[in-house]
Order: sequence, then structure tokens, then C-alpha cells
Amino acid sequence: MGYTILEKQELIPGQTTMMVIDAPQIAAKARPGNFVMLRASERGERIPLTIADRDSARGTITIVFLVVGKTTAELAALNQGGEILDVCGPLGRPTHIENSGTVVCVGGGTGIAAMHHIAKGHAEAGNRVIAVVGARSRNLLLFCTELSAFCPELRVATDDGSAGHKGFVTEVLKDILDSGETIAEVVAIGPVPMMEAVSRVTLPYGVKTTVSLNSIMVDGVGMCGACRCTVDGKTLFACVDGPEFDGHAVDYAELKARLWQFREQEQGAMERFSKECRCDG
Amino acid sequence: MAEMKTKRKIRPRVAMPAQDALARAGNFNEVALGYSREQALVEAERCLQCKTPTCQAGCPVEIDIKGFITALCDDDLAKAYDILRQTNSLPAVCGRVCPQEHQCEGACVLGRKHEPVAIGRLERYVADAFMRQTGDTPDACRAATDLDACIPSRPERRVACIGSGPASLTVAGYLAGRGISVDVYEALHEPGGVLVYGIPEFRLPKAVVAHEVDGLKALGVTFRCNWVGGKTITIDDLFDQGYGAVFVGVGAGLPRFLGIAGENLVGVFSANEYLTRINLGRAYDHLNHDTPAYHARRTVVIGAGNVAMDAARTALRMGSSEVSVVYRRSEAEMPARREEIEHAVEEGVRLRCLCGPLSFHGDNQGCLKGLTVQKMALGEPDASGRCSPVCLDGQTEQIPCDMAVIAVGTRPNPILIEATPDLGLNKWGYVQTDPDTGETSIPNVFAGGDIVTGSATVISAMGAGRRAAQEIARRLL
Ligand SMILES: Cc1cc2nc3c(=O)[nH]c(=O)nc-3n(C[C@H](O)[C@H](O)[C@H](O)COP(=O)(O)OP(=O)(O)OC[C@H]3O[C@@H](n4cnc5c(N)ncnc54)[C@H](O)[C@@H]3O)c2cc1C
Ligand SMILES: Cc1cc2nc3c(=O)[nH]c(=O)nc-3n(C[C@H](O)[C@H](O)[C@H](O)COP(=O)(O)OP(=O)(O)OC[C@H]3O[C@@H](n4cnc5c(N)ncnc54)[C@H](O)[C@@H]3O)c2cc1C
Ligand code: SF4
Ligand code: SF4
Ligand code: FES
Repeated sequence: MGYTILEKQELIPGQTTMMVIDAPQIAAKARPGNFVMLRASERGERIPLTIADRDSARGTITIVFLVVGKTTAELAALNQGGEILDVCGPLGRPTHIENSGTVVCVGGGTGIAAMHHIAKGHAEAGNRVIAVVGARSRNLLLFCTELSAFCPELRVATDDGSAGHKGFVTEVLKDILDSGETIAEVVAIGPVPMMEAVSRVTLPYGVKTTVSLNSIMVDGVGMCGACRCTVDGKTLFACVDGPEFDGHAVDYAELKARLWQFREQEQGAMERFSKECRCDG
Repeated sequence: MAEMKTKRKIRPRVAMPAQDALARAGNFNEVALGYSREQALVEAERCLQCKTPTCQAGCPVEIDIKGFITALCDDDLAKAYDILRQTNSLPAVCGRVCPQEHQCEGACVLGRKHEPVAIGRLERYVADAFMRQTGDTPDACRAATDLDACIPSRPERRVACIGSGPASLTVAGYLAGRGISVDVYEALHEPGGVLVYGIPEFRLPKAVVAHEVDGLKALGVTFRCNWVGGKTITIDDLFDQGYGAVFVGVGAGLPRFLGIAGENLVGVFSANEYLTRINLGRAYDHLNHDTPAYHARRTVVIGAGNVAMDAARTALRMGSSEVSVVYRRSEAEMPARREEIEHAVEEGVRLRCLCGPLSFHGDNQGCLKGLTVQKMALGEPDASGRCSPVCLDGQTEQIPCDMAVIAVGTRPNPILIEATPDLGLNKWGYVQTDPDTGETSIPNVFAGGDIVTGSATVISAMGAGRRAAQEIARRLL
């Protein structure tokens, strides 16, 4: 009854996995910026993952995830031909895309995958997309080939300088903003500190900045309020009002605190899972 | 009235056997254990068999209460069950969760001078005993519909339900028994609506709900979980796929918050989140399930309805050593079922009445440390007849706590509504329907339950489902 994994690829060994999943009804509706809620097994947790790509003709969606805990580890242990128990979506408001000129899409770490779908949407709408991708090191970069296919400019930043600019994506972004080209919008997806830093950089330039918030979610359909964030002083639900919000209006400190709510239990679940794996293996 | 005058000695109501309060506060097993056959018969004998029974009008679906109690006295379980099923598709659920004191039992003649007949408990007994009796060879049709034998399915007549709460389950049972093929689309991964994600195991065991769902499956109803109406599939898509009618039973799931300072601190939850993690996610069995629930020593629950009592009693069971319920009015005004309030207090929940929440405060990590409340007094009764609370100027109190659960009601969920701009809404944002048929502003789209009325009761959602199903059947058959 589950959702079949048609392809599986380890993009970064031991860390990041890409899966192409058979889900025609979701593929038919998915738009850039949407996400799915999924559960790997009967006793598993329901977690959100961004739809990194879709192929409505083939009836598939693509997810890319970083192994950070029990559920992502359990997912990564599934193989091609295997099944994911529950996949629910497409959820969230799709990215607002219109023909607006030049758009800079910034992606950090696993966020590059999610950014890729949005960048593609902007390119398809006729926008000139400058992609800025960042990671700690060259071997942790994702989707560069795919992005090059539709982005006239692809800028890279690595912490160790092994590829592109040595330093942060924000420095590259500042260069672009200083170059004099009119930028209609900056989209940033990645770790919270990165999205916060990007928003800080763009603020003095007055450039519209959109970030995609990865708050903790339970149902993903507006029923629980776990995903609530403060944006412009108002409480909004990331799963139904977002996940994309005005980067200049988000309360990042609150978001960061809320992401750690369940650290202890999450570690417990991971430890039990690792033990089980060892017994089986 | 003649009955009252005959000098018949009225026995006291047969008490409901229950798990010991101390023991049960440490487990998730059902609290009320249910009558034995002997207890049920003794209680059933208390019914005066009134010539004009007042109880029936007190039940939102007008169960022939006198009739089923008579059948029970005659030891005819199947007949008693049939009578229940004629208007109520989930008697095992309603017998457990209906606010009987405001409904059937509130209208029972005996209640004027004595305690009313325990109608809900008898209903539960009949449903449970019938299910036990049919056991492994369930008489699928009778168990899931009000019919003796189902009409063979006519696959060309199809109805879609969006949402799988009691309203949709009722529609599905009614129509499936009449040969209509029904598909239920549910956003979550398990059918049942609030019966599964909201009402805790100790009050309504998951197995009771699962049994009802299995009965519907046996009748040919399909449940498509993980399908979100308005996202995965729209109402237009459903008609394009050949459904003849659509029933919208999506509930009123969007939690309300208080809008006071500190509400997004770590440790402050909506009741929906807290209960969903524990019920749907089975976090009460965290060693075997991954969904985490927050553990707190001191818990404060804000609100005083069934949801608040469920959250408070759940927190006790999850290991909080101090749980209090904070409410603006007094105990007498609490909207929860009487029995739930009593159970909660027995288990150790402290009621802090006449306290209005003012603000939450936290530490420098963003974690909740306490709640400041405004002390209140009861003023004059307002238009609704309830005494409205008035602030006692300058009198506030600090309640230290590391978890707060907010249970102050819900609003309509926006997903399906936003995806269906033609769906007419009332001024509160709920779906507008024809009160007789449940039809919405879109022809052949019906709605019922909490999405129409706002948070109400299981039985009223089922009543709405039944009215809509009757109209759908009339049109399709
Ligand atoms: C809209 C959205 C889209 C996302 N897209 C992606 C993606 O494309 N790729 C990707 O790798 N990650 C994505 N995430 C983050 C991903 O959901 C978490 O990494 C995942 O839930 C971790 O689960 P776990 O059991 O493996 O780890 P855990 O050990 O359970 O948790 C590790 C950390 O992940 C976060 N987390 C845990 N549970 C949840 C939850 N239920 N919801 C959200 N965050 C949680 C918390 O910060 C936690 O501390 C997205 C999150 C959101 C909200
Ligand atoms: C904690 C709690 C305790 C309660 N206790 C009692 C009690 O003791 N007695 C009593 O009578 N009542 C009680 N109630 C109220 C009662 O449960 C509700 O009134 C009743 O369940 C409403 O039924 P419904 O069918 O309208 O919707 P719900 O039961 O709310 O079910 C709606 C379903 O639709 C799904 N859904 C929502 N949106 C979509 C979508 N777009 N697509 C697909 N599916 C969707 C939801 O996931 C849910 O499963 C309680 C409620 C709660 C929350
Ligand atoms: S359905 Fe509810 S209100 Fe009606 S008789 Fe049964 S317990 Fe009473
Ligand atoms: S339940 Fe009460 S009102 Fe109804 S018939 Fe019996 S005694 Fe009369
Ligand atoms: S995840 Fe539950 S409301 Fe957003």
C-alpha cells in the first residue's frame, strides 16, 4: 500500500540521499515550494520534506534529505524498489513566482535541493536566475549540474575554499547586490543561521527576501500549531501560511529555540534505532 | 406523570465500575470499565417506560431510548442494538463520549427527583455486548449500517467523503449499506478524525474506533489516507472522476491561541498538538514509537472543555506530578462533561477557577517557566444566562510551570476552503449548508459536523452526516 521508491542515490555518502518516489497524485499537483509529510514505518514519526523536483508525466516526486536523526536514518536505510509507508502532499503554499526580472536563489547544504525546484520554477517563468550555493566543502555541494542547466550564473562558496569563493554565501550575495544589477528578489533556503544572515545582508538593499522555514511539524495540514512562527509580530503556521515567508520579518531566535524542543527524545529514538540496526546487521 | 405517582421505589443508579483513580492516573487503559450484564439489567429496570418519553427529544438523533431499554430488559440484545443503529451509527462511541447530562439523560423524567437512567452507559453496554457476541463473524451490514442486509454495491454510483471523522463515517455507513460505493479521503495516516487523534485512549480506546472503520471496510468503503482535500485532490477533480456527490466532513481543526505574551515559548502547546503526538503518534508508548511528546513536571492547561480535561489527564499519565486547569469562570460553568471533570479531580488534577491567563514567561533559552494569571470574580449573569467573569484589579498570581497546553477552541481549517472559492461560508467562516439536507452552495456538495457548526459533539456531527446521507441517497438511487 505504500509509495514505491523508484530510484535511490546517495548524493553524499553517509549523509544525503535522493529518492524518486512513485506518487502520481502528488506529482500532478506539486509546485515549487511545496513539501510532503512522510512516515517511513508504522511506528515512525511523520516528518516534512521538501519536494525537490517532480515529473508529472512519469508520476514521480523527488526528495533529498540529510540524515540527522531516527526518521531520516530509517528512510536512508530503505532501498530502490522498497516502499515508504505514508507520503502526503503536496502541502504548503507554493512559491510565489512571477516574471519579475533577476532572482537570486541561495541554497545552503541540503537546502540546495529544495532551492533547486524553486530556481527551476523562476527560470521557467522567464526570470534570470542567479544561483548561489554553499557548503562546508566541495564534496558536499549538491545539484550544481542541474542548476547550471537553467541558471545563466552559478556561484559557489565553500568554507574551506575547495570550490568557488572561500567563505560564506552571504559574501557572494553581497557582491552580486553591489554589482549594480537590479535584483527583484532573493530566495534563501538552508540552515536557519544562513537564512537569517542572508536576510540581514539584503535588508539595507531593500531587496525582497523570501526564506523557507523548517519548523517542527506534526500533521502539516494546519491542525496542531507545532509549526507556528512569529512573522512581523504575528503568529503564523508554517505548514498552511508558509513555509515561505518574508525573511526580514521572521523571528529567528524563536524559530531556533523551537527546533530544539524535543532534542532528548530524538536522541533516544536514534540510539534505539542504531542498536536495532546493529542487532539486525 | 402517572408513572411518577405510583409508589414505586426508585433504586439509585448503578455506579459505573472504573479503574482505581490512583492506578489509572499511571496508565492509558480505559477508565470506565463498562457494565456487566447483571448491572445493565438492573439499571435498565430503573427506566419507567414512560408513555411519552422525554428522553428521546434530548438525544440529537432521537434514538428510541425507551425502545432499546425495553429490548434490553427482555434480554433481546440484537433488537436493542438494531434500535440504536436505526439512528446512531456509532453507539459504542456515543455511549462513551456523549455529554449525556445535557442531552438524553438531562431530559429523562427520573432526573427531576432522582438520578436519571444511565442511558449512555446502557447504550455502551448494548454496543459492546453486541460486538462481543458477533465477534469473529461480524454481521457486517448490521454492525455498520441500520440495515439487516446490504444492497449489493452498484459501482457506478459513487460518493466521496473528505475527512474521516464521525460525520463522514456516518455518511459512508449509510450509503454503503444502500449499495453506493464510497471513498473516504483523509489527510492524516489513520481514519477516525478526532476520535483517533484527539480523544485519548483512556476514554475511547482506539480499538473501538478501528472496529467501526473495519466494519465499513467490510462493506466496501475505501479509505484513502494521506489524501488532502484541496491539495492532493480538489472537489472539482472528484466530480471529474465521476463521483455523484461529495461530502465535506473536515472538522474544525485549526487551534486557537490566546494571543498573549510568551505563547510561542518552548513548552507551550496547543491541545491538538499535545494530544495528536500522544494519540495519533502513540507517544504514550515512546519506547516503541518515534513521535516525541514533551515531558514536564508542572503542567498548566488553559480551558475547561472536554479537550482541556483530556489534555490534563493525559499530562498526569505522561508523568507530570502537578497538573492544574486554569479557567476564567467557576467550576459550575465548565463546559466539559461532568464525568470527565470528576474523573480528572479524582486523579489529582487541580482546578484553578476564576483565573484568566495574562502572560507566559520563560528563561533565556526560550523555555517556559511560568504563567501569570489575573484573578477573577463572577459577575452578574449575562444575556446567555452565564455569569461573566470580572477582573479583580491588581490581583494577579504566578503559577510556575514547565508546560502549558492551550485548549481554548478551534477555528475552521483553511485548506479545503481556500481551494474551493465557490464554497459559501457563514460569518464565522464555517461552511454554510441547508439545515435540512446539508447541501452547500455548490450543488451535490454536502457538509456536516464541526466544519459547519464549529466544535460541537460527536453525535451532532453524526446527525448532520445522516441528514446529508439521506439526501444523497435520495438523489442517487
Ligand atoms: C517544510 C519543511 C521542509 C523540509 N525539507 C527538508 C528537506 O528537503 N531535506 C531535509 O533533509 N530536511 C528537510 N526538512 C527538515 C526535516 O524535516 C528534519 O530534518 C527531519 O524531520 C528530521 O527527522 P529525524 O527523525 O531524522 O531527526 P530528529 O532526530 O527527530 O530531529 C533532528 C532535528 O530535526 C528537526 N525535526 C525533528 N522532527 C521534526 C519534524 N517533525 N518536523 C520538522 N523538523 C523536525 C529538529 O530540529 C530536530 O532537532 C524540512 C523541514 C520542513 C519543516
Ligand atoms: C480532545 C477532544 C475531546 C472531545 N471530547 C468529546 C466528547 O467527549 N464528546 C463529544 O461528543 N465530543 C467531543 N469532542 C468533539 C468531537 O470530537 C467533534 O465534535 C467531532 O469529532 C466532529 O466530527 P467531524 O466528523 O465533524 O470532524 P473531525 O472528527 O474533526 O474529523 C475531521 C477529519 O477530517 C480530516 N481533514 C481535515 N481537513 C482535511 C482535508 N482538507 N482533506 C482530508 N481530510 C481532512 C481531519 O484530519 C480529521 O481526521 C472532542 C474533541 C476533541 C478535540
Ligand atoms: S446518542 Fe448520545 S445523546 Fe443520544 S441517547 Fe445515546 S448517549 Fe444519549
Ligand atoms: S429513560 Fe427516562 S424519560 Fe426515557 S423512558 Fe426511561 S424513565 Fe422515561
Ligand atoms: S504542522 Fe501542525 S499546524 Fe502546521
